Amino acid sequence: MKKDLRIGLLFAMPWILGFLIFLAYPVLASLYYSFTNFSILREPSYVGIDNYAELTSDTVFHQALINTLIYAVGAVPLSTVVAIGLAMLLNSKVKGMSYYRTIFFLPSLVPMVALGTLFLWIFNGDYGLLNEGIRAAGLEPPNWLGDPAWSKSTLMLISMWGCGQAMVIYLAGLQNVPVSLYEAADLDGAKLGRKIWNVTLPMLSPVILFNVVMGIIGALQVFAVPYVMFPGGAPARSTYFIASYLFDNAFQYQRMGYASAVGWVMFIITLLLTMLALKISDRHVHYETE
Amino acid sequence: MGQRKRIQIALTHVALILLSVVFLLPLLWMLSTSLKPIGETLTTPPKWIPSEVMWSNYPDAINYNSKQLGYIPFLVYMRNTVVVTILCIVGSVTSNALVAYSFSRLRWAGRDAFFGLTVATMMIPFPVLMVPTFTLFRYLGWVGSFKPLWVPAFFASAFSIFLLRQFFRTIPMELSEAAKLDGCSEFRIFTDIIVPLAKPALMVVALFTFMGSWNDFLGPLIYLVDQNTFTLALGLSAYQTQHGGTPWNLLMAATLLVILPILIVFFFAQKLFIQGIATSGFK
Repeated sequence: MKKDLRIGLLFAMPWILGFLIFLAYPVLASLYYSFTNFSILREPSYVGIDNYAELTSDTVFHQALINTLIYAVGAVPLSTVVAIGLAMLLNSKVKGMSYYRTIFFLPSLVPMVALGTLFLWIFNGDYGLLNEGIRAAGLEPPNWLGDPAWSKSTLMLISMWGCGQAMVIYLAGLQNVPVSLYEAADLDGAKLGRKIWNVTLPMLSPVILFNVVMGIIGALQVFAVPYVMFPGGAPARSTYFIASYLFDNAFQYQRMGYASAVGWVMFIITLLLTMLALKISDRHVHYETE
Repeated sequence: MGQRKRIQIALTHVALILLSVVFLLPLLWMLSTSLKPIGETLTTPPKWIPSEVMWSNYPDAINYNSKQLGYIPFLVYMRNTVVVTILCIVGSVTSNALVAYSFSRLRWAGRDAFFGLTVATMMIPFPVLMVPTFTLFRYLGWVGSFKPLWVPAFFASAFSIFLLRQFFRTIPMELSEAAKLDGCSEFRIFTDIIVPLAKPALMVVALFTFMGSWNDFLGPLIYLVDQNTFTLALGLSAYQTQHGGTPWNLLMAATLLVILPILIVFFFAQKLFIQGIATSGFK
């Protein structure tokens, strides 16, 4: 028994150290820092709940928080619907499925920065490809990058383009749905819509939950694409997110204690939203019983 | 019924083709722009086929000398990225294999509880860890070097442990037991039996690490100071943070060069990639 434990811990040692050094320590340290005044130039000095008190009246933080929530509320459902839709189309046993799968997956291989650069060019209000297309269709195109009312939508659309990873997971989930269930539905004379609603979605629900939770966690941390496409959260700070504010406080304004408080608020929101997703799913997620 | 079925299939194809166009168009536009002379990048209506195919844009992008930014050492960025990525892959594959072995094929008190905790840590947002991790690396004097980017890879990661454990569990325990009867140590069983059998899964971890490290933006942004130490992801953003007069054709050529290695790897390892991602969604 003793020997088993020793060998087990020996093999797990890289992660035990990694867990302690790169997770447990930073989480606890950032909690401590969030109650201090602290920068590269200054040792942490305890200030109680001052940082959190300041956050409650910090309008920039409020804006970043609202922007982040709006982005998450838009981007997560959008990419979920698109990813499931694509996966269903791919699962319909048509010829050339592997080519289509590759095409839909390709964009999610593109690095965030390259993605930002490319879309800066495509979404440009004056000469961008997208607006040329909209004008050619005889419509008045929006100013995707320069209008605060549209800038977040631009980011949501871009996130949709990179939903390939989720799509692959959904596709694997769809392929696990027993054919017998569809055959039973066919015998009952069920239409396509009814089969999707009563067979496909319930069977897929655990996978949907997994992807939605991962999607929420990712959306709340959105940073690289807006950082590259919208310097300083322009226009009118409409693309300034919690992670951007955290980064600026820590590395631009030298307010690392304050940044840590922002980080903890972000952490708690992530936990709450994840718990909410799990709670809602209790009623709707169908786990196969064996 | 037969005809309805055929219509349904035709409609599916139409939908798939239209969507393929939507998903491919931006990438094709990038390719087309990267081969245009500068004068044709801003034409209305947009021009898809350049009047003259400018292959020279690629060497020009690599040797780009900007008025505002000075010389952009693309090849230096490339070398830096390759160095960091290789170190990350080596570290991640070895450490995660060892740890996943412990979590799946060794029995020890507290193992499953610790594994549960490990999976839960995937929920911690990276920005929360940023300040203390930065302070730690600064204390060690590592800021400005590549170490903060690759050293953590040697300490495993929750996601890869999870992925490998799934796979290791499918290897029959009898193999280990037989080897043990022959007097093999756990380490020998690991290196001589499990690792060879788990090659596809280890490849998946290597691929994910490659992607993560090649594309990492936030890490280099925080830790790299001197332009000569920049990675591609960070260097690329330097081309265009300055507004006005962006040479779009060269920028798109450079962007394509950054993506190219990933596309090549993907085409050779497509099956592994897709399987690996598909597995990650299931507990």
